[in-house]
Amino acid sequence: MNDAQSRIGDIVKSNDIVLFMKGTALFPQCGFSSRAIAILDRLGATYETVDVLQDADIRNGIKEYSDWPTIPQLYVKGEFVGGSDIMMEMYESGELQQLVGADA
Amino acid sequence: MPMPASEIERLIKASIPDAEVSIRDLAGDGDHYAARVVSRSFAGLSRIKQHQAVYTALGGRVGGELHALQLETAVPNTETTSE
Repeated sequence: MNDAQSRIGDIVKSNDIVLFMKGTALFPQCGFSSRAIAILDRLGATYETVDVLQDADIRNGIKEYSDWPTIPQLYVKGEFVGGSDIMMEMYESGELQQLVGADA
Repeated sequence: MPMPASEIERLIKASIPDAEVSIRDLAGDGDHYAARVVSRSFAGLSRIKQHQAVYTALGGRVGGELHALQLETAVPNTETTSE
């Protein structure tokens, strides 16, 4: 396992809810990342974010880590959940609320 | 680099022959699409696996040549999927 993969593994395992995104929660740099943040905020979830634009190794490595070609990517309790489309589907069905343990 | 909707549909159907594909060009610029893909082959797969099947069909273009593809997948006649 190379350095980026082990760093990603550490981040995913040490944060209950973490979103790999472009930009920050306050200033998302992509519409999909912005949508993912809006969903998490709507849930009232407490989450960490990782700005992949600040780290090329993470930006490329995260795609390999999950075998998923796009960003944002949401991880809950160490498991890859999906990108913003899956987040939206799960939010609308109520599954995401259950997964993150929010009561919103 | 713009990519015509017909090409996206062709690639998906080449890999998932029974797929019903509907595509909307969100911004009218040939670069921001929303696709809905319905296939029996998705039955029993998690959402992640369903989306990965479509990404595989598109052969590495998603996230590169094809920047913005909103994706929705479903099995025919059911409510999306169960995990």
